[in-house]
Amino acid sequence: MKEKSLIILKDVARYYQLGDEIVKAVDGLNIKVNSGDFIAIMGPSGSGKSTTMNLVGSLDLATKGAIYLRGINIEELHESDLAQIRGRVIGFIFQSFNLIPNLTAKENVMLPMLFHEIESDVREARADELLKLVGLEDRAEHHPNQLSGGEQQRVAIARALANNPEVILADEPTGNLDTKAGEIIMQYLEKLNKEGKTIILVTHDSNLAQKHARIIYHIRDGRLEKVTKKIKGKWFVVHN
Amino acid sequence: MLKDYFLMALDNIKHRGLRSWLTMIGIFIGIAGVVSLISLGQGLEEAVIGQFKSLSADTLIVQSSSSASYLGPPGTGAVRKLNEHDLELIKSVPGVKMAIPRLIRSVKIEYNNVAGFKYLASIPDNQEQINYIYNIADLKIYEGRLIKPGDKKKILIGADFIKKEQFGKEVKLGSNLKIQGQSFEVIGILDKTSSLEINNAALMPESDLKEILNITDEIDLIAVKVVSKERVEETAELIKRKMRRDRNQKEGEEDFSVQTPIRAFEAITTVFNIVNLVVIGIAIVSLFVGGVGIANTMYTSVLERYKEIGVMKAVGARNSDILQIFLIESGLLGLAGGIVGAILGISFALFVSFAANSYFGQELLAVQISYPLILLSISFSFLIGILSGLSPAYQASQLKPVQALRA
Repeated sequence: MKEKSLIILKDVARYYQLGDEIVKAVDGLNIKVNSGDFIAIMGPSGSGKSTTMNLVGSLDLATKGAIYLRGINIEELHESDLAQIRGRVIGFIFQSFNLIPNLTAKENVMLPMLFHEIESDVREARADELLKLVGLEDRAEHHPNQLSGGEQQRVAIARALANNPEVILADEPTGNLDTKAGEIIMQYLEKLNKEGKTIILVTHDSNLAQKHARIIYHIRDGRLEKVTKKIKGKWFVVHN
Repeated sequence: MLKDYFLMALDNIKHRGLRSWLTMIGIFIGIAGVVSLISLGQGLEEAVIGQFKSLSADTLIVQSSSSASYLGPPGTGAVRKLNEHDLELIKSVPGVKMAIPRLIRSVKIEYNNVAGFKYLASIPDNQEQINYIYNIADLKIYEGRLIKPGDKKKILIGADFIKKEQFGKEVKLGSNLKIQGQSFEVIGILDKTSSLEINNAALMPESDLKEILNITDEIDLIAVKVVSKERVEETAELIKRKMRRDRNQKEGEEDFSVQTPIRAFEAITTVFNIVNLVVIGIAIVSLFVGGVGIANTMYTSVLERYKEIGVMKAVGARNSDILQIFLIESGLLGLAGGIVGAILGISFALFVSFAANSYFGQELLAVQISYPLILLSISFSFLIGILSGLSPAYQASQLKPVQALRA
C-alpha cells in the first residue's frame, strides 16, 4: 500500500479482554496524519483518547483494521523492527515527562540515538544542540530530579527530536505544568510545526486544541465523534 | 553500544546503593569462602603435615594408646607405660632395623629467675640413633652444635627459647638453664622447624633426663625404623600382633598404638577433605542464595522500571537492547560481588595466616594467592549474575511498550 500519509488508521478497533468481558476501547477509527499537520486528538478522560494515542503512535496493535506507518502495515513488522521504525518516525512527549531518572538531561536526550546505533560523538554533539534549542544548555549535566517540571518537559522535547523524526506525538504535554510553563512548551511545538514537523497533540483541553491545532479528531465513547478543521481561523466539521 | 549499556547498568547499580550491596552478600560469602579456603588450604596442609614430619616414610611410632587422645607429650597420660621389655620385643620383630626409645616430658625450666613449662625430650646415647632422630625430626643447628654421645649436663634448645618474652631475657649459647634444680648448659640452638613442639622443646641426653626425673624403666614412645618403606605396614602389623600376644590382649582392645606414616597422612587428608567439602558446600549454598538474591533484585528492578522500559521501547529500543541492558546489570552485580568476595577472601586468608603466625611465632601458615583461581571465581560469579538475570531480563524485553508505559 503506497500512501503519502505518514500515519493512517483504517477502521481500527482495539478491544481488551477484562475477565470474561470484552471491552471495546475504541472502534471504527479512521485517522490520517499527513506531513506538516498539526493535529489534536481530543476527548474527555475515558473516551478512548489514550488508546487512540497508543495506536497512532504504533505503541499498540489494533484488534481490527490496519495501521500504516509510512506506508507499512505495522502488523507485519517484527516488534523490534517496529521499535526501530517508530523511533525514527515518531518522537514522543509524555504528560509525566518520563525521563530516565538515573540519566542526566543530556544522556536522556542521547538515549534514542543510542538505540539507533549513532556514534557517541555525534550523539553528544546533537544532544548539545537540542538542549540549546530548548534553552537548557546549562542544565545538560543535571538529573531530572534537579529540574523543574517545565525544564523536564523541555528535555523531553529535545529527546523527542533526537532522531529527527517527522512526527512529534505529545500526550497531554502541559498536563503536569503550570500555565506559563505549559505555554512555553506549546510555543516550542508551534515552532517545530512551522519548521515542518508534524505534531499530534493528545489532550482533553478543547481550548488548547483549538488554539494550536489545525485539525481536531474528537473522540467520545471509543468512537470518532467528528473531525473539525480550522480554515482561515474558523472551525468547520469536515467529517462525522 | 555495549559500553553505553555497561555505563547505564553501572549507574543503576550505583543508584540503588545499599540494595545493590545487600544483593551481593551471598556472592561475597560464597566467593570469599572459596578463595580463602584455597589460598589457605595448601599452606594449612603443609603446616599440619609439618607437624607429622617426624613420621618419615620408613618410621613407625609405638606408644601407649591412651596418650593418643591426651594433649601432652606422648606417653605421659598412659596408664601402662612402654618399657625396656617392649623395646626388646619390638627389636626382635622381623623387618625392624632399629628401635629407639624416647622420653618426652613436660618440665619446669628456670632461667633468669623465670620459670616456664617446656617439653623435654631425650637424645639417645648412640651416634647412629642420634643421627636418625636428628634426621627424622628434621633438626638443624642454628647456633652451637648438636648433642653427641658422651655429653653430660648439656642441652639443645628449640628456636622459641631465644625469644625474649619467654624468660624475660634471651637465652644464649652457653647460658645455664635450671631443670629440676640442676644446671644445664645450652650447647646448641635449633633452627626453626615446622613442628611447634620441637620449637618449644629442649633436648638432652637420655641418661641425664632419666637421672633428673628418676626414670628407671619407662619409655614414652618408640621410634621404629623399618628396613624398607615397602614393609612399613607389614612390620606394623607384626609388632601389633607380637605385643598383643605378649600383653594377652585381643584385637581392638590394645592399650598401645602403632602409628604408621601412611595412616597419619590418611587421617590428615581425610580431615582436609571434610573441611574442603564443608566449605565448598557452604560456598555453593551461598552462591545459590546469591544468585537468587540477584534474580530477586532484577525482578524488582524490572517492576520498578516498567515505565523506563516503555520509554526506551517507545524511542526505539529493540527487545534485544532491553535484554542486554538488564543482563549486563545482573552480570555486573555478580562480577562486583565476585571481586569484592575475592578481595574479602584474600584478606581473610592473610588475616588468618598473620594471626596464626603471630600466635605461634613463626612462618607456619603461608597464603598462596592463585591468580587463575581468582580470575575463575570472578568469572564464575559473573556467570551466576548473568544466569540469575536471564529470566527477569527476558521478562523485561518482552514487555509491550503500551503495557510498560501504562504502569
